Amino acid sequence: MNWLIDFFGDPANWSGPDGIPVRLLEHVEFSAVALLLSMLVAIPLGLLIGHTGRGAVLVVIAANAARALPTLGLVVLIVLLVGVGTTWPVLVPLVALAVPPILVNTYEGVRGVDEDLRDAAYGMGLRGGQVLFRVQVPVAMPLILLGLRIAAIQVVATATVAAYVGLGGLGRYIIDGLATKDFPSTIGGAVLVALLALAVQLCFTLLQRVLVSPGVSRRTRLR
Amino acid sequence: MGEEPLIRWAWIGRNWPQIEGMLVDHVVMALVPALLGLLVALPLGLASARWRVLYQPTVSLMNVVYSLPSLAVFIVLIPLTGLAERTTVIIPLTFYSLAVLIPAVVDGLESVPDHVRQSAVAMGFGPMRRLLQVELPIAVPVVLAGLRVATVSSISLVSVGALIGRGGLGYLFIDGWQRQFPTPIIVGIVLVVVLAVLADGLLVLAQRLLTPWARARRTA
Amino acid sequence: MITFEGVTKRYGDGTVAVDNLSLRVPTGAVTVFVGPSGCGKTTSLRMINRMIEASSGRILLDGRDVREIDPPTLRRGIGYVIQQAGLFPHRKIVDNVATVPYLLGWDKKKARARAMELLERVGLDTKLAGRYPFQLSGGQQQRVGVARALAADPPVLLMDEPFSAVDPVVRTSLQDELLRLQAELHKTIVFVTHDIDEAIKLGDTVAVLRVGGRLAQIADPATLLSRPEDDFVEGFLGRDRGIRRLSFVPASGVAVRSEPHVPGWNVVLDGDGRPLGWRPDDAATPSGAPVNRTGSRDGSAPAPDGVLPFGAFDPAKDSLRAALDAALLAPSGCAIAVDGAGRFQGIVTREALDRALLQAGGAEPARPAGSGSSTPREVGDEAGNSGSGVSDRSSATGGSDGPSSSRGPGGDGAAAHG
Repeated sequence: MNWLIDFFGDPANWSGPDGIPVRLLEHVEFSAVALLLSMLVAIPLGLLIGHTGRGAVLVVIAANAARALPTLGLVVLIVLLVGVGTTWPVLVPLVALAVPPILVNTYEGVRGVDEDLRDAAYGMGLRGGQVLFRVQVPVAMPLILLGLRIAAIQVVATATVAAYVGLGGLGRYIIDGLATKDFPSTIGGAVLVALLALAVQLCFTLLQRVLVSPGVSRRTRLR
Repeated sequence: MGEEPLIRWAWIGRNWPQIEGMLVDHVVMALVPALLGLLVALPLGLASARWRVLYQPTVSLMNVVYSLPSLAVFIVLIPLTGLAERTTVIIPLTFYSLAVLIPAVVDGLESVPDHVRQSAVAMGFGPMRRLLQVELPIAVPVVLAGLRVATVSSISLVSVGALIGRGGLGYLFIDGWQRQFPTPIIVGIVLVVVLAVLADGLLVLAQRLLTPWARARRTA
Repeated sequence: MITFEGVTKRYGDGTVAVDNLSLRVPTGAVTVFVGPSGCGKTTSLRMINRMIEASSGRILLDGRDVREIDPPTLRRGIGYVIQQAGLFPHRKIVDNVATVPYLLGWDKKKARARAMELLERVGLDTKLAGRYPFQLSGGQQQRVGVARALAADPPVLLMDEPFSAVDPVVRTSLQDELLRLQAELHKTIVFVTHDIDEAIKLGDTVAVLRVGGRLAQIADPATLLSRPEDDFVEGFLGRDRGIRRLSFVPASGVAVRSEPHVPGWNVVLDGDGRPLGWRPDDAATPSGAPVNRTGSRDGSAPAPDGVLPFGAFDPAKDSLRAALDAALLAPSGCAIAVDGAGRFQGIVTREALDRALLQAGGAEPARPAGSGSSTPREVGDEAGNSGSGVSDRSSATGGSDGPSSSRGPGGDGAAAHG
């Protein structure tokens, strides 16, 4: 507790390039960019294989293998090979981390839509794209959002590792604190990351309320 | 980097004994949390499935645990369990496994069709027998799917422990970074992925053996 | 008119689901495809709106090969109802019903107004319009499914076992509702079921298919019952064909005697002239005298003491089967004829009934009665003892499911009282 008071009570920690607002913004920025990039890759792909059923086995196996990629290893390897300077080296491992949950949940959500429903939709004369976007996506929405939430939280939590190779974000407090045996800084950084992750959770809970039809959420449990 | 090759095969040969040691360490630190997680998740999941009031708080708590950065938790634990200790890595990873496995156990038990449960009751199965002989076997696919995710993430996460001095193959990342030498990093990444794929494959195999009745459906 | 011309569906693995099917589905009538599982009835239905493509042969919709029409366009002009209703869980009921109008680009207001009108039409409270499908019962969902199929007023309706997932009581009411709607709308309906009773109740034409997707017989229900083409059709039709066929013979031809008594028995009426029951001759009240007590045909009020149960039918609406059933329910062995309001019109004696039954059988050479002892006489009456020409195997049990099988609205035929 005292450590936390030391850390958060220190006015030096609230301003300047090493201040909490700046570090927080950095952290949010590359987490958000990583998440957006992952969505651009994973959601269309997940919708496509969920809708057509083609290539699903291969993609899901690949996605599960990608879950195993150690972020720390990827970060140091990329920075070592291309050098520091931009933030994109950290984006690659974070995207690799976020794509599997988004992809797998999107795919399973769309594929899992009741066959009768798909049948009824086609039978009434909806075209392929209309079936996907007017029926399958709304019904799969809870699972798609779940995938996004898991991905977002993992990205936010794992982005701390970027600090090890000299990049910014809240990980700086943790890594620097560890290096200089400055415990208040380490703990403070950890608490900030956890709070950010919780804020992300909250955002997704709200998003869920807005994006999921009440007709669906009553029926669908989170997995 | 210039003439420096991406991989120096000779380095691997020279350092294999150490790498082997790290590999073993990595396996232990990754698998113990997954198995421990399963052991704890089963009773907790059973309780949450039986008493629904417990479910939401448990899941919320696990969501909070899941959102803690692993590195931060390692550091917080250092004063309690010591720097560069296996326990320091194993404890948080066990909690991450729990966060995945408890919902999986609950979902698995809820995947038991009601008519199956009813007929088990009607045939005179007691609660314990019903659980062991009917409900758990049917829940196996869902629980194992959760175990696969937990195991693979666990294997991947152990390497972060290297930052506090105990990360199995993760040490290779630190080593490569400090010496600006890619070979150990690549070896580390490849071994972690191979390990994860192997473990995943074994679990798929286990699932096939444990649920022979599901095989026909899967191949269909 | 929908025409199947030598339509075959063969799957990649060589299974033949539909084998050289040729038949015509007349405009404005209900055609039922019925048969055991694996007979290709659903496949045949789904080939009409190209949910499944035929391997060879043609299906013509009003003379036009359906394969010339782009599937979504084709389907928007054909109503489609499936077993589990297939309602979109994320849309409110009103928007579910308006799905096709929206697709056709109708103005939202107009589409919703149309949806509300249809909800009423299928017998649903419009208060349900704002609910989601999960908040409705299975029967209600199925009604919404029918409303949704009718939304853009398509001339053709395809119904794939639409009522098989609901309980028998709800199923009966959905069937009656469909007949009522059809009497107003005159759609060309293709209806798939595995339930022969449903087929006979709903179909103007019934096509019986056999396993392997071959047409066994296509005929109107009465013909099907009286002249099954072969053993398969006969077996599929099941027992009591003779009795069931009577559902298609109107009772209007039966002779009605206006006196409210027969030897040994008197009809007891209430103040409104509705029958309350039968009273034996030796009882105190004079025959036909009003009893100060209101009773009703549906037996909701108890009969006065000493009055025995009766059966009644409406000669204007009910079938001969209802008349026979009414006779079987009475201790006197006679049926009571009532008008549309349930008021006493007269009595149908066993002799009159027998003449009508013989006549009905005469239209069609029915088999001679297998055993005289199992004819309806066992109810206990001396009148009418010539035996029934229509019952062949087990006619005594035939009346047990009587009222529900009479066709058409208001056909609640005979009712027991007391």
